[in-house]
Amino acid sequence: MDLTAEERAILAGSRGEAARRALEYQIEVGRFWGAKRLVPVTNAHMMGDIEVMGDGGLEFLRKEAESGARCAIPATTNARCIDFAHCERLGQDAGEVAKERKLIQYLRRMDVVTTDTCINYQTVYQPHLGEHVAWGDTGTVIYANSVFGARSNFESGPAALAAAITGRTPEYGFHLDECRKGSFLVELKANLDDLADWGAVGKLVGEAHQDYFAVPVFHGYHRTPAADELKHLGAALASYGSMGMFHFMGVTPEAPDSIQAFQEKIVITEREIDAVYSRYSLGDGDARLVVFSGPQQSLFEMKQLASLFGGKKIREGSACFVTTNGAVLAQSRALGYAGTLEAAGVTILEGVCFYILQNLSPMREANHWTNMVSNSAKIVNIIGAHRFNTILRRTRDCVDIACTGQLR
Amino acid sequence: MHRSIEVRQAFGPVVEGEALVSEEGFSPRYDLDRWTGLITKPGHKLEGASIVGKVCFFPTAKGGIAAGWAFYDIKWKKIAPKAFVFGVTNPVMVQGAVFAGIPITAGWTPHPRGVVKTGDWVRVDPARKMIEVLRS
Repeated sequence: MDLTAEERAILAGSRGEAARRALEYQIEVGRFWGAKRLVPVTNAHMMGDIEVMGDGGLEFLRKEAESGARCAIPATTNARCIDFAHCERLGQDAGEVAKERKLIQYLRRMDVVTTDTCINYQTVYQPHLGEHVAWGDTGTVIYANSVFGARSNFESGPAALAAAITGRTPEYGFHLDECRKGSFLVELKANLDDLADWGAVGKLVGEAHQDYFAVPVFHGYHRTPAADELKHLGAALASYGSMGMFHFMGVTPEAPDSIQAFQEKIVITEREIDAVYSRYSLGDGDARLVVFSGPQQSLFEMKQLASLFGGKKIREGSACFVTTNGAVLAQSRALGYAGTLEAAGVTILEGVCFYILQNLSPMREANHWTNMVSNSAKIVNIIGAHRFNTILRRTRDCVDIACTGQLR
Repeated sequence: MHRSIEVRQAFGPVVEGEALVSEEGFSPRYDLDRWTGLITKPGHKLEGASIVGKVCFFPTAKGGIAAGWAFYDIKWKKIAPKAFVFGVTNPVMVQGAVFAGIPITAGWTPHPRGVVKTGDWVRVDPARKMIEVLRS
């Protein structure tokens, strides 16, 4: 790999042991992918919490912080596994809660800004066209590549932290022009009036093309999609298809000029969307858990939920969770959305994702939850590891299910 | 008969171990019990199998960013496999394996089907980009 004078100096220890180790690690990863060099990045976004990293990861962070590791660029954190205001009521493990507090201290000592959000692209930092960043989770990466035209691979926690410390990342995958070209066409002839419909599109396209380097090109849609719609589309493509980028004709900055050259085509109509919903069923269980999470809710999603839940009550014996980040929650409180949701009996969790909540499996067992209903196709896909049966429904239907216990 | 598989990309030191060959992809988050090293995802083709100390052959990688810490976590708990041999992989698996110091390869010729089966003793040689079946 071609290294700059500065990079060779880092390897020789000019910026300390932590930076030397981080760069060595990045070079190994880059070699695997055939990267010719490292590329400077302006921003890092990392996943780091006790549920995903365990005791080994915590010990690694402690050593990093104590050996003087510091971020060279602005770095933020993804959603975490504990909301300290709710952990006792949720029955989360006190020992793990204490570890999470330590973990946050180590990150802050390294100058990581603990934003605890998976919607950094909506609330914290919006990179511009061509800007190289090092982001994870997958939903943040696909949004950055597709909607902003910024450049990032999926960067796992250790990789994003290394990028934060060295200020660069190996140049492979979506940092390169040749990986960013569209690979197949998807014509959108469905109405797609609900966020869950956009997730359903992501499921249909992602399941059919499980390939990190496949880049779908959407076209033919009858109006301009909103940011929250593209967010649910991207999150589902990344989750079901492991995809890191899409194009949307007339919408995203790097969409091709013409769709003539593409061979393979998928057409999505109302029929395909309806078929997605019809595949889910309650099985032997009931519909007592409704979750709006994965990704965290934007301010406009909070506003819509407040309007749908206004004057209603969560059914006795049912539970409904909404997750968002601190900034959105503060504004939601000021605007009255949070108050409306809480008056209806909704639990709003801050800075977390429902999927990675510490102790989720025991929580499921203690509450005798078998099914989880959500308007997020992403969380419906990934939470199966905790042995939930999952059901995707439109936002209005989810609210109705939370208040009646009846699946529609 | 000498049986071997060439791989396209590889990281790590030479290791030998017992092969665990899967026809289904893998995610340490979706499929694995991260306390026992058993594949516990209901319906996974290797449900009930242990990856501990094995050379694991998986056609594809599944899962998101959280998988990046998981390999280090299972290594810490002493339930890591000897190596991961993927048909197709993604950046998170590679970042995770390199971080944990677990050998990982991607791209295979020929397909392991017919060359290696679960229980065979294999050697993974990342520098030579070669996997050899030593005993079956």
